[in-house]
Amino acid sequence: MQELLQYLFSGITNGAIYAVIAVGFSMLYSSTELINFAHGEFVMLGALTLVTLWGGLHLPLALAFILTVGIVSGAGFIFERFAVRTVKKPDHIVLVIITVGASIFLRGIGMLIWGKDAYSVPAFSGHQPLDICGATLLPQSIWIMAIVGIMVFGLYYFFSRTLTGKAMRACAISKRAAWITGIPTGKMVLLAFMMSTGMGGVAGAMIAPITMSSYDMGTILGLKGFCAAMLGGIGSLWGAVIGGFLLGIAEAMGVGLISSSLKDAIAFVLLLAILYVRPGGIVNARDVQRF
Amino acid sequence: MLLRWGKNNIAFMVLFFVVVAIGIWIENQYYLQVLTFIGINSLLALGLNMLMGYAGQISLGHAAFYGLGAYTSAILSVHYNVNPWLALIGAVLTASLIAFIIGIPTLKLSGYYLGMGTLGFGMVVHVLFREWSTLTGGASGFVGIPPLELGPISFLSVRNYFYLVWLIMLANMVICRRLIDSRIGRALRSIHDSEHAAEAVGVDTANLKLMIFVFSAAMSAVAGFLYAHFVSFISPGSFTFLASVRMVTMVVIGGMASIWGALLGASLLTLLPEWLHAFADYEMVVYGAVLMIVMILLPQGLTRGLTEIYERSRK
Repeated sequence: MQELLQYLFSGITNGAIYAVIAVGFSMLYSSTELINFAHGEFVMLGALTLVTLWGGLHLPLALAFILTVGIVSGAGFIFERFAVRTVKKPDHIVLVIITVGASIFLRGIGMLIWGKDAYSVPAFSGHQPLDICGATLLPQSIWIMAIVGIMVFGLYYFFSRTLTGKAMRACAISKRAAWITGIPTGKMVLLAFMMSTGMGGVAGAMIAPITMSSYDMGTILGLKGFCAAMLGGIGSLWGAVIGGFLLGIAEAMGVGLISSSLKDAIAFVLLLAILYVRPGGIVNARDVQRF
Repeated sequence: MLLRWGKNNIAFMVLFFVVVAIGIWIENQYYLQVLTFIGINSLLALGLNMLMGYAGQISLGHAAFYGLGAYTSAILSVHYNVNPWLALIGAVLTASLIAFIIGIPTLKLSGYYLGMGTLGFGMVVHVLFREWSTLTGGASGFVGIPPLELGPISFLSVRNYFYLVWLIMLANMVICRRLIDSRIGRALRSIHDSEHAAEAVGVDTANLKLMIFVFSAAMSAVAGFLYAHFVSFISPGSFTFLASVRMVTMVVIGGMASIWGALLGASLLTLLPEWLHAFADYEMVVYGAVLMIVMILLPQGLTRGLTEIYERSRK
């Protein structure tokens, strides 16, 4: 029982991270119908920027965190302006390959700036674990869950209550119709890119204390986030959150109860099973279009 | 005579003579080795292009079939002492059977969900290669795969292997060309344009998609077989998600729905890392930048992009 609770805690912590990454994928998809395969690399940028700003330059944590998110969305801005916007004939598959190129490029940049070493930073507030029913919970996990909670509800508020959020949703439904009603669709796409990569930055900054950060950490995180987003149903905010937690918990249970070396296989078998039963993800049963 | 032969057959003949000429004139072992790898990668890209370019179905897990071909052949020929050529048949059958079983539920998905389904399958197979260590040698890899022999010809020499790979590649190009120009090929392209419309005019889309999926898996398995017996050492690291993405990149960079595109894409993506060794630490940055720039400037892929530039310059 204690063990199960322990697995659940670690699953929820990982799940929260996957959820943030998945929300980033899903947001960008819903306004541009694009899957950004470089998303994991923005997570890496977030983690390593926080390492430098907080661990290296000793800025106050809050300032370092905000700066990190700002810098990573800035990188998203540059990416959208110079790589995505300039494509002459924006087919989905062409854009996908550009993001694949961008992911290699960013990994290279990460290696040039931070080298091949792995870094770690201390937790946001102490390492003293909490004891709940015999299972331990790290303070960093609480931080992560709190940040994820704030972010998800903030996004929900943004999309359902603010004018900009509604405009962005309109773009997601039909870009041309949104443009006719006077919504600056180009700016909305740019904003979606910056918010999505900014969220990647948040995810990176959150996990810097609980993992070793290095230039090649992004690929697997991006992959898991993509899985979580698809699991929930791409384009749906709650779907991404549910998918993230589900993937995290399934993985942790798989590691604890079956075998740690089969961890990835368990998560992906679950994913395949769910996709076969619900081909449009858990939340979103709508059929998406082909490439 | 020329008219009856058509442009494609002439192009195939030209490629055949180029291959023979390269085999005769190039002495440098390193060049021959790189050219052999280009042949193997072209075979992979060609198989995936049939699925992506013609049938319009994405696969982000094709490295699994490449790996299945390599591992099946290695296991049969080392653990069970099977003749490598019989092992090739085993490898193709295994990959095809697995593609058939996996394809039935997976190909019901579409768009990014299909990408995700195939990706998940690729990850599961990769974990199996890594963890089933009694059979596959685990993470440290599989050593001692025997070289190929055919009667008196030993393919231990790089030159002979180069000929073997490119002859198989040429044969496959001809098969694919014939397939595309047949009734099946036209039906495939109709799926690419609109699945519903294809169904409405009586194309059995589910069956056809499955067939082409199995076909492209079998081609990947042949490439895997050629790779395993060429380098004589395989490890799970060669068949990861990134390998699958690299295959997709070859197809798109070369040009979707183009047989020659597979060749161009595979050549660029095999040669690029070789050229970029000189950049040392900047290798990855330059590689990523080149990918992005090619896609930004030639979104149709190299084949169509270069043809367009040529036609514009003639006007």
